[in-house]
Amino acid sequence: MRSLIDIKDLSLEEIDELIETANDIIENPEKYSQKCKGKKLATLFFEPSTRTRLSFEAAMYELGGNVLGFSEANSSSASKGESVADTSRVVSCYADIIAMRHPKEGAPLVASQNASIPVINAGDGGHNHPTQTLADLLTIKREKGRLDNFCIGFCGDLKFGRTVHSLISALSGYKNIKIILISPNELVIPDYIKEEILIKNNIEFVETRSLEEAMPELDVLYMTRVQGERFFNEADYIRLRDSYILDLHKLENAKKDLAILHPLPRVNEISVAVDDDKRACYFKQVLNGKFIRMALIMKLLEVK
Amino acid sequence: MLVNPIKDGIVLDHIKAGNAMEIYHALGLDELDCQVAIIKNCDSAKMGKKDILKINEHIDINLDVLGYLDPGITVNFIKDSKIYDRKHLELPMEIKDVIKCKNPRCITSTEQELSHIFKLSNREKGVYRCIYCEASAK
Ligand SMILES: [Zn+2]
Repeated sequence: MRSLIDIKDLSLEEIDELIETANDIIENPEKYSQKCKGKKLATLFFEPSTRTRLSFEAAMYELGGNVLGFSEANSSSASKGESVADTSRVVSCYADIIAMRHPKEGAPLVASQNASIPVINAGDGGHNHPTQTLADLLTIKREKGRLDNFCIGFCGDLKFGRTVHSLISALSGYKNIKIILISPNELVIPDYIKEEILIKNNIEFVETRSLEEAMPELDVLYMTRVQGERFFNEADYIRLRDSYILDLHKLENAKKDLAILHPLPRVNEISVAVDDDKRACYFKQVLNGKFIRMALIMKLLEVK
Repeated sequence: MLVNPIKDGIVLDHIKAGNAMEIYHALGLDELDCQVAIIKNCDSAKMGKKDILKINEHIDINLDVLGYLDPGITVNFIKDSKIYDRKHLELPMEIKDVIKCKNPRCITSTEQELSHIFKLSNREKGVYRCIYCEASAK
């Protein structure tokens, strides 16, 4: 029995296999419509995240399965003080697989150590969110046709952005990736990501303050939200939030086949005018998220 | 200064000078009633100065705790006044309930019954990370 807690739990071969399955689901959805008939997914959301929960639930329904669960902690036994370990043991009696969202980092790992069914980490605090990373990888693969030999720029909050850390970690296994890290001084990538992933794996990377300067070189641009709750000072937040906005003007120097990704939700870091540009891939990324979750649920349930 | 050699017991040698008391407490030697000699600031050809702990009894020592605190220590096991076993320590791959995770967002901060487990993530720099939240121990 396997769980997915951290993107590093998957080998490159397994990621390729998931992407292949997801692509096949996109081509032949009817082939998969009954694959999980009679199976139940428990969505245990100790903090609300409607977008992620709906993606998991839609994925399970499209596989012909059923869904049960809760969408916030006060409607669950956690509000009565039950431990994550006990909750996951109990839910193991009712469901076949768990998708868990929790505000505390490491909670899904604790769940996987105690559940008798597979656990998928659907986001634990500011720590991991491996299915978002899988959605990102599937989107890059579909848009660029490859997961090696490309230049990707990460723009915005690189200090706290867990999706950025996790995607960098996943990309570290592929050949010839160049990474351009674009952020204000206040939100640069943490040293440990540089030391333990980029330098350790000999990945070419550059740090810059300017999105415009980096633009011409990029094959993929990964935009992130600069989150208000990360700042103590409202003025700092507004100044930083507005310094990295992607608009059509900044895109003038971009490659014709650039793929623009964003884990969503966005605030204003991508101007809505960009949505109609064919390089905007962030809504496709949402859809890809559902397909890769379908592939993942099948893999963990060992459904062929 | 003279400390008699011990006949049966354990000698912790090459302790970084000044660390002897920390190790004395970490191993719980203050709670045992066996004889312990704490020798501070001895001259050492290898280290300049070093500390030594001599424990006049065969007690169970958690070598992971010891390796985490000071990987340079040599542990000599002595029987009938002879060294019958010697261990050179290194940083352990995993330590359990030796240090606590200080990350307030970590699940261990709210669920008291969980063990605090850290894994070695960078041997050269001696960096340990919490297995739950990956926060580093230092
Ligand atoms: Zn922790």
